[in-house]
Amino acid sequence: MNLAELQTKLIAAARADVPGDQVPYAFEKRVTALIADRVAPDNLSLWVHGLWRAAVSCVAVTLLFGAWAVLNPTTSSTTGDLSQNFESTLLASVDQSDQAQ
Amino acid sequence: MERTEAELIAAVLKGDAASFEPLVQKFSPRVFATARRYARRESEVEDIAQEVWLKAFSKLASFRGDAPFEHWLMRMTVRTCYDFLRGHQRNRESSFSELSEPETDWLERFVADPGSAAEDADAAKLLVARVLEKLSPPARLVITLLEIEDRSVKEIAELTGWSVALVKVRAFRARGEMRKILAKMAKDKYL
Repeated sequence: MNLAELQTKLIAAARADVPGDQVPYAFEKRVTALIADRVAPDNLSLWVHGLWRAAVSCVAVTLLFGAWAVLNPTTSSTTGDLSQNFESTLLASVDQSDQAQ
Repeated sequence: MERTEAELIAAVLKGDAASFEPLVQKFSPRVFATARRYARRESEVEDIAQEVWLKAFSKLASFRGDAPFEHWLMRMTVRTCYDFLRGHQRNRESSFSELSEPETDWLERFVADPGSAAEDADAAKLLVARVLEKLSPPARLVITLLEIEDRSVKEIAELTGWSVALVKVRAFRARGEMRKILAKMAKDKYL
C-alpha cells in the first residue's frame, strides 16, 4: 500500500468535508444567561463565603495563640500562690505606713 | 441603528452584559464550525463553544482592539479546542480492525487502484476522522490547521501561541505520526 498517497487522499477527503456552521437555537440567550449568573452572584453565597472566611481566620488565630501558650509558658517573677500575692498587695499601704512610723 | 463591535465591547466593559449577546450571535457560526473540526459529538461542540464565550467574556478587558475582535476570538477558540483534545484522548487506543464495511471497501478500492477511491466519498471522510482521532493533540491541531485548513505556519503560530520554530517541528512530527498510524492501519487490516 502506498502510504504517502493514502495520506494525501485522506487529507483531501478531510478538506472536502467542510464542517457546518449552524448554531443551536437560542444559543446566545443561553450564554447571556450564564454570564448574568456569573456577574450577579446571589446574596446567600456572598454571606456563606464571608462567614467561611471569618471562621477560617478565627480558627487560625486560636491555633496560633494556643501553640504560643503551650510552647512559651509564662515565666512570672512573682512566685508563690495567688492568695499570698493578693494579701501582700492589699496590705502594701499598711506595711508602708508601719515602716514610716 | 446597529452598534459596531467596538461600541458593543465598550458597553460590556462598562458593565452592560446584555451588549455581549449581539457579539455571540454574530460570531458563533465561526466558533461552531471550528469546534466541529475537533469534536465529533454535538454536545461536545456546544460545550466547547460555550466555554469559548465564557472565556471571551471574562477576558474581554485584555482585548486591546488593535486587531479585529474575530481574530482574538478565533485564537481563543483554537486554544479551547486544543484543551478539549488534551482532555479527551479516549479514542486513541482503539484498533483499526473495527473499520466499518464502507471504510473497508474504500480501502480495498484504494489498494487495487488508488485513482478509483474517491476523496469525497463518505467512507473516506469517516476513515480520515478515525485517523485524526488517533493523533496526539498537538499533531491533530497542527495537521488540521496546516493541511486541512491550509493555513500558513505564521498564522498557526499566532493562533496557538506557539513559536514559528515549534510549529515547524510539530508539523514535521505530526506528518510522521500520521504516517505511522496509516502503516498500523494497513498492518491491522492486511496482515
